[in-house]
Amino acid sequence: MPSENRTALLQGIRDGMPICIGYAAVAFSLGIAMRNAGMNAFQGFLISMLNMASAGEYAGVQVIAADAPYIEMMLVTLIANARYMLMSTALSQRFSEKTAFVHRLFVGYSITDELFGIAIAQKGYLNPFYYYGAMLVAIPGWSIGTALGIIAGNILPSRIVSALSVALYGMFLAIIIPPARHDRIVAAVVLSGFALSWGAQYLPYLKDLTAGMKTIILTLLIAGCAAYFFPHQEDPHET
Amino acid sequence: MKHNIYLYIMISGLTSYLIRVLPLTLIRKPIRSPFLKSFLYYVPYATLAVMTFPAIVQATQSPLSGILALAAGVILSWHNKSLPLVAIVCCIVVFITEYLLIH
Repeated sequence: MPSENRTALLQGIRDGMPICIGYAAVAFSLGIAMRNAGMNAFQGFLISMLNMASAGEYAGVQVIAADAPYIEMMLVTLIANARYMLMSTALSQRFSEKTAFVHRLFVGYSITDELFGIAIAQKGYLNPFYYYGAMLVAIPGWSIGTALGIIAGNILPSRIVSALSVALYGMFLAIIIPPARHDRIVAAVVLSGFALSWGAQYLPYLKDLTAGMKTIILTLLIAGCAAYFFPHQEDPHET
Repeated sequence: MKHNIYLYIMISGLTSYLIRVLPLTLIRKPIRSPFLKSFLYYVPYATLAVMTFPAIVQATQSPLSGILALAAGVILSWHNKSLPLVAIVCCIVVFITEYLLIH
């Protein structure tokens, strides 16, 4: 391996360490949700390994719990992970023409909010080995963390599992509330999400939908209306 | 359970992979459509909000503990407290409430 690639790899590992720790914590609470849906530690490890996505996987767990059609799994994963298309597009601009095409196939597998964040912060073209370094620590943190959550859910008393099962929602709140404070449209999107999601339990037609379909339909409706009536001005990559 | 869990996992993994790799390999230009850019910007907030409420109230053993956890989570994150702190406080609120309610 050329020395510049080795340096980039080590730098990536170093920058990936805090991400690994954060991922392990989030994945642990995701594991609790998976365990409540009846998944075992290996299945949790596998789904996390293949998806590397908190919201996407949680939405998928709802599909599994509901024993919903396979197509719903595809749609719900697509919607919950739609933002990665934007990051992937942005990252495509950061590849040098000299970088072999195959690197796009490997880097793309692990585009997450955090890894995208540190990659885009690098100056100039992205050295894929930097990304691989970060992946090397972030991916085990995420997938092993999920498996540990499921195992812990099985051995801890129900009182503690009940408490831990809200950790994931707490994290979701920590992601959506701070931007809502600064952007009134985001605040309206969040409030509409809460209100419609609650209302959907009582409305005709909507109340018969599975949790996954409800998430898809309400997301398309709310984000679609917000984008149509209040287009977002700033560069979305900054947030 | 009618469906195979491993098939579910493969479908979700393949979908996630394609979402991430297709733009990286096919699209070489930035997305220009203001509608599409805004839509992709708002999507995570809408999805996470829909998935959080009322689910947080229904995930716990008593609805009250879920409601209190939601309130604590909103207040703390409104004041820009860190993600792990918000999550931990939500858990503690549920634990204490249920300890007092259910003996």
